[in-house]
Amino acid sequence: MIVIVAIGFLLIHLAPGDPVLALAGEHGDAAYYAFMRSRFGLDESIPRQLAIYLGRVTTGDLGFSYVYGRATLGVIAERIPATLLLTGSALVLSILVAIPLGAAGAARPHGTRDLGINALALGLYSTPAFWIGQLAVLGLSLRLGIFPVQGMTSAGSSATGWLRAWDVARHLALPAMVLAAQELAVLVRVTRSTLLEELSREHVRAARAKGLSRRQALLRHALPRALLPVVTIVGARVGHIVAGAAIVEIIFGWPGMGRLLLASLQSRDTPILLGLFLVVSLTVVLANLLSDLLHAAIDPRIRLR
Amino acid sequence: MRPSTRASVFAELAAVADAPPPARWRRLYRREVLRRMSVRLGVALIGAVVAMALFGPAIAPHDPFAVSGGSLVAPSAAHPMGTDALGRDVLSGLLYGARTSVVIAGGVALIAFACGTTIGMLAGYRGGWVDDALMRTTELFQVIPRFFFVVVTIALFGPGLGRMVLVIGLTSWPTLARVVRGEVIAMRDLDFIRAAEAAGATATRIARRQLLPNVLPSVVVVLGLLIGQVLLLEATLGFLGLGDPGAISWGTMAAQAQGFLRVAWWLALFPGLAITLTVIGVNLLADAFSSARTVDSRGR
Repeated sequence: MIVIVAIGFLLIHLAPGDPVLALAGEHGDAAYYAFMRSRFGLDESIPRQLAIYLGRVTTGDLGFSYVYGRATLGVIAERIPATLLLTGSALVLSILVAIPLGAAGAARPHGTRDLGINALALGLYSTPAFWIGQLAVLGLSLRLGIFPVQGMTSAGSSATGWLRAWDVARHLALPAMVLAAQELAVLVRVTRSTLLEELSREHVRAARAKGLSRRQALLRHALPRALLPVVTIVGARVGHIVAGAAIVEIIFGWPGMGRLLLASLQSRDTPILLGLFLVVSLTVVLANLLSDLLHAAIDPRIRLR
Repeated sequence: MRPSTRASVFAELAAVADAPPPARWRRLYRREVLRRMSVRLGVALIGAVVAMALFGPAIAPHDPFAVSGGSLVAPSAAHPMGTDALGRDVLSGLLYGARTSVVIAGGVALIAFACGTTIGMLAGYRGGWVDDALMRTTELFQVIPRFFFVVVTIALFGPGLGRMVLVIGLTSWPTLARVVRGEVIAMRDLDFIRAAEAAGATATRIARRQLLPNVLPSVVVVLGLLIGQVLLLEATLGFLGLGDPGAISWGTMAAQAQGFLRVAWWLALFPGLAITLTVIGVNLLADAFSSARTVDSRGR
């Protein structure tokens, strides 16, 4: 983790361009530049800046945004709930749809249904998220007018309580479905292939021999074991999900970290960029850890040392 | 009166065992047909993209950078895919854009191949602390969220084709390195490696002549899947406005569509379709190749 922080820091200092110039304008006077430099600690040597930065990060201080003039952590933190809502619902949606689809495919491998499901998964897996988003906006929002196009709440809406929740849910539906599509593709493929592997094992044969139907054997004996790799895959894909969320947020104007990323790219707000990079990296590390722990909790064969 | 010899009994049994139940047989047959179809489709799609990259500029009806018609003209005979907001031909843009995709995919695959196989073979064959050190580094690279890393880097250093290839390439090798390492560990104690060692072959020679040819099939599968992801990543970067401003990319074209979704559906449809079809082609081939391999190794 420390190495990632250092990489991010060095990256930003290797890059051409000067945040002070971007902030104070090209034609300010030298004294003002010097004042800005010392205010943001940019007049120290690079190793010293790195040491200071590392020390601050460990206490949760990600520095000061040049643009917002506030602590970076605060700026990022207020974007997290929206992104979490989007990724969380997309994840739940994709799991709920993917596991039945994968199971339906594995129940009769290379049957017509399986081929259809496979083709669907391949197609979704090969489609850029922004294109699904654009098509969804074109078809469902603009043509049919089923879903709102932009934002998290209706403009000028001051609804509270359940009305507000309904408003948010209506805006959430389309972005969440678009984001879920790609995860869906991966999860269907994983569920199907691990399930096929489980189905050829002894314990499933034993279950069939004691008189269970194919369906019962699949649901009660093969499926629970096939879900273990799914847990691992979900944990390993958190980075992809957040990246996908960034794109979806930009298309649908969802006020989360992705929008912040785009805005900070355009204004060269390096503390925010670096902060986002760190927050996402930390999330990925934690997600990996969590899925390992979860895996150990579910699977009695694994004991944590 | 028992004319059946032992051999003929076996022949009868074998005939019964070999005849699978019709339903299963039909499925296997269908699977084979489908595999061949998907290979053909994959080859056709990739062939089309490579042909576009090679001859696109020669067959493009218009100059993709020049105004060649009215602004936002719907698809017609003169402009089969319409024009964009500046009146530039979309079809010509697509034809030129193929080159960008092929260059980036090829460049990234080369870098990933060089880093991944070298590191994987070194770690797998040497073992010990070399393996430990290399694998810790690999894990570090794997944890870095690639999308955010690439976005931040390109944003800071400015867009450029070479830079994009370099950054994506340098973050794309870990999976390959791990696969190669696993395969090398599985075969490093086999007789043919021992024989080469006994014959006095240097480690470099063993890596090149014995290990590399044997890991190549898995490498091709991993690279195929990687290329699919890279094409999507490149398109996404273009969509974020981080593409090379001097080169036309399908992602950049799709980004321009974002502002005109209400009035010009063709701007969004065709570039996205091109990306999707290309990635489907790559994935089809990678899937077919990997399933052909597993069937081979099971001896069926």
